[in-house]
Amino acid sequence: MIASAFGVLFDGFAYGMLLFLLSVGLSVTLGMMNFVNLAHCSFAMLGGYVAVTLTNEIGWPFLASLPVAFLAAAVVSVAFERVLYRRLYRATDLDQCLLTIGIVFISVAVAAYVYGTIQQPLNVPAYLRGTVSVMGQSVGVYRLFLIGVALVVTLVLVATLEYTRFGAQVRAAVDNQRMARGLGIDVDRVFAITFALGSGLAGLGGALAIEIVGLDHAFAFTYLVYVLIVVAVGGLGSIAGSFVAATLLGISDMAGKYYFPELGAFLIYFVMVTLLMWRPAGLFGRR
Amino acid sequence: MRQTLVGFAVFAAAILAFAPAEAQQTIKIGVILPYSGQFADPGAQADNGIKLYMQQHGDTVAGKKIEIVRKDTGGIAPDVAKRLAQELVVRDKVDLLAGFSLTPNALAAADVSAQAKKFMVVMNAAASIVTTKSPYMARVSFTLPQLNEPLGVWAYKNGVRKVYSIVADFAAGHDAEAAFQNAFKAAGGEIVGSVRYPVVNSDFSAFVQRAKDMNPEAIFVFVPGGSQSPAIAKALADRGIDPRQTKVMAQAELTDEQALKNMGDTALGIITSAHYDYNHDSKLNKEFVAAFNAAFKRNPDFFAVGGYDGMRLIYEALKKSGANTDGEALIAAAKGMAWESPRGPMSIDPATRDVVQTVYMRRVEKVGGRLVNVEFDKIENVKDPVKARSAN
Amino acid sequence: MTSSAAAEPQRYLEAQIRWRPLEIVFWLATLLPFVLTPSYLVLASQIAITALFALSLDLILGYAGIVSLGHAAYFGFGSYTAGLIAKWGWGEPLSGLIIAAAAAGLLGYLTSFIIARFRHLALIMITLGLGLLLAEAANSASWLTGGADGLQGVRMWNLLGIFPFDLYGTAAYGYALAMLFLLFLVARRLINSPFGLALRGIRENAVRMPAIGAPSPAHIRKIYTIAAVIAGVAGALLAQTTETVSLETLSFQRSADVLVILILGGAGRLYGGIVGAIIYMVARDQLSDINPQYWYFWIGTLLVAVVIFLPNGILGGLARLMPSGRSRA
Repeated sequence: MIASAFGVLFDGFAYGMLLFLLSVGLSVTLGMMNFVNLAHCSFAMLGGYVAVTLTNEIGWPFLASLPVAFLAAAVVSVAFERVLYRRLYRATDLDQCLLTIGIVFISVAVAAYVYGTIQQPLNVPAYLRGTVSVMGQSVGVYRLFLIGVALVVTLVLVATLEYTRFGAQVRAAVDNQRMARGLGIDVDRVFAITFALGSGLAGLGGALAIEIVGLDHAFAFTYLVYVLIVVAVGGLGSIAGSFVAATLLGISDMAGKYYFPELGAFLIYFVMVTLLMWRPAGLFGRR
Repeated sequence: MRQTLVGFAVFAAAILAFAPAEAQQTIKIGVILPYSGQFADPGAQADNGIKLYMQQHGDTVAGKKIEIVRKDTGGIAPDVAKRLAQELVVRDKVDLLAGFSLTPNALAAADVSAQAKKFMVVMNAAASIVTTKSPYMARVSFTLPQLNEPLGVWAYKNGVRKVYSIVADFAAGHDAEAAFQNAFKAAGGEIVGSVRYPVVNSDFSAFVQRAKDMNPEAIFVFVPGGSQSPAIAKALADRGIDPRQTKVMAQAELTDEQALKNMGDTALGIITSAHYDYNHDSKLNKEFVAAFNAAFKRNPDFFAVGGYDGMRLIYEALKKSGANTDGEALIAAAKGMAWESPRGPMSIDPATRDVVQTVYMRRVEKVGGRLVNVEFDKIENVKDPVKARSAN
Repeated sequence: MTSSAAAEPQRYLEAQIRWRPLEIVFWLATLLPFVLTPSYLVLASQIAITALFALSLDLILGYAGIVSLGHAAYFGFGSYTAGLIAKWGWGEPLSGLIIAAAAAGLLGYLTSFIIARFRHLALIMITLGLGLLLAEAANSASWLTGGADGLQGVRMWNLLGIFPFDLYGTAAYGYALAMLFLLFLVARRLINSPFGLALRGIRENAVRMPAIGAPSPAHIRKIYTIAAVIAGVAGALLAQTTETVSLETLSFQRSADVLVILILGGAGRLYGGIVGAIIYMVARDQLSDINPQYWYFWIGTLLVAVVIFLPNGILGGLARLMPSGRSRA
């Protein structure tokens, strides 16, 4: 029983970390500029496809493709931000939704056109496969790797936020945008950089996700719901919130499937609704 | 409101822009498939099968030209499928209906086939009851019980006594589960546990762990293809379940070409039952695969062969009926038709209008450096067992 | 001062409720398909049903400011209720419709207690979650709903005892159109009443409303229930005219589609849902014919273009372009 409970916790935590990487960018940008970017998972999907192309077509090692996935997603998001999103900062939530949903539709169609509708194969290197024994329990190596990457990312994010000037500007802009502008902080620039970073992280998440959940042209849609759940439950503009919410959701999803498989998908939605009814602003949300 | 002018204008323009096409010397076939969405790949493959057959045999049958009108259901959407079937019959004036990768869509469109008395060829949908919904319908693909009951029988015959079953929690999964479990238990085996997982699931570790807890000799699996095939194989590997020790049994989708590429060596030893594989060793199949690759640069799968054989049935039925497109005439022509397909011998059962074919048992092995399904046994002339039982 | 000020809102409402000539032309035009394009009546009936569903969403989104990602729950609930009633032997359309609408309304009423308490992102996600839970429940209860295969055995009797639901869709379109018009009149009356004004107040500033004596939560519950009833009617119409019900009617996909349609047409303008439905469904039908695999791309481009060039939806953008365009109703 202990063995399986540990297994469930570990796998759930790994899945949660994946969700965290996919969601943290959206949480911070939503909290900062209130810009509803439903195309967030399109950037994740882009990162995934970049990783696939690099490892399969060009023969790069998997690990080398990860930073490229991050960069590709970041660069493309900057382009979108400059050209399209910037015009809609003052627009209504609904218009932002419509625009970004339109972008999701386009990205799904483009992915289908370029890569076809099939599952993308990705063969991770042998040293990332199989299981390894940790404290007498057998854990998946790839999941361990995923958790490692996510924790490193978290540390970097938290350190940046707490100890750098840029981080201080981000925190100020999230707390009170108007005040931050009043103090002379170039909020638009801060937002652009944060947006690029967040999308880059989503791209990284997309690349890492392939081994766990697969990649196909509909990825941008499929994971949008889960990302929204993490962001809402965690609270807008909060890295800690995304982390805790993702972990909670990953573990409850896994635990639900193991202990109550008949409930299936119920549990994750039920947990979300209950948590939001208890804390509407999210676990770590402000407003 | 002035703005309603837009609505009116658009509405009127939309209406006036349409013009129905007229044709005398053509036979129109309405093809309804999921060309977009989650099931776009099966749809594309079936369409490829159709295109290849027409490429090889020309587009004229019994003196009339064949014209295909394609409609997209976008996935599981029975109301859309029914509307598309209605529109094909009423607006495009098609003479027969074909396609149907998904059971709910086939069931809904069957109403139209029955009401309008149109010949309908189902090229993939696999639930047993589909063909009962219209007397003008024939199926060329397979049924879930047709593939899963032989698997249950085979398991017992080969020494397996305890099985844990993992299936997707929707109609097809339930059908497969019932078919396998009934056959296995009837032979004398024991199902030590079973679980149904939510359809939109990406992580199987919890379910595989449950299976492992029960320590079965074999695990029966049903996944509807796509990303779930490699996902479950990886989950099995992660938990240390080797298909060569603990038998893993499923129907064809688990080890299709894409899935094998994704699974790598974790797939070795998985046993599947299928009616078609592109590696099937027959002259006809080798030619089919070569032609398919030349035309579409990929290998065919059972969706493609469904499209291919469906067109063959349509062509031969039209020839037999003398280009009479009446539903009665065509279904009468189709009943009992038998031929050699790239999959092997097959025929249309005159009593149920369903497909009768050979079911192959295969195991995943490495041949020449590639992972392939190697046939090691076969059961011939398998009818759909559910309908066969209710007929007796 | 007192008497003329008190007369102002009255006159404003009276001015709103008068029929404009274009509206009359529009509704007359909806009869054209019977004559001009009789082979498109099935599509027309489904457009009318979608328009009705979008109208119901407009009542809560456009007028009360409640963004719901789970509105399909009431559509699907109405659909399954109507389907089950017919399956169990009572195939009379109108009575089945009324029962289905009442059932959906009841569900709406019960959930409105939760809805009225939340706002912003929490509300959106809660509506999403509740919708997904209901969809899951329907899948699990496949003994009742038929699960993924859909509900089988739905057979409707003739509409009003005379008109059968046939392949051509004549009865279907007539039925759907009549319901759309009827409920449109109801919605119109509702919006152009003091209650409607109160809703708009809630949308603009929910916190302040109680200060002027308007009980926000009660108003929200009322409009939410009404919207649920109308959505239930739309769902029941779909079940009855197609004689089939699938899990798709409860899906997130349907909730998202109707939201896109409403925003496309322009929320808060009563006709927005109808215009959005017509444009989206006609575009989808035509684009999907031209290119079954990639129509998504063109729809996406359409949406992006509309947002850039016609903010606040098609009707909103046009209002901005017209010099004497009415501001958001």
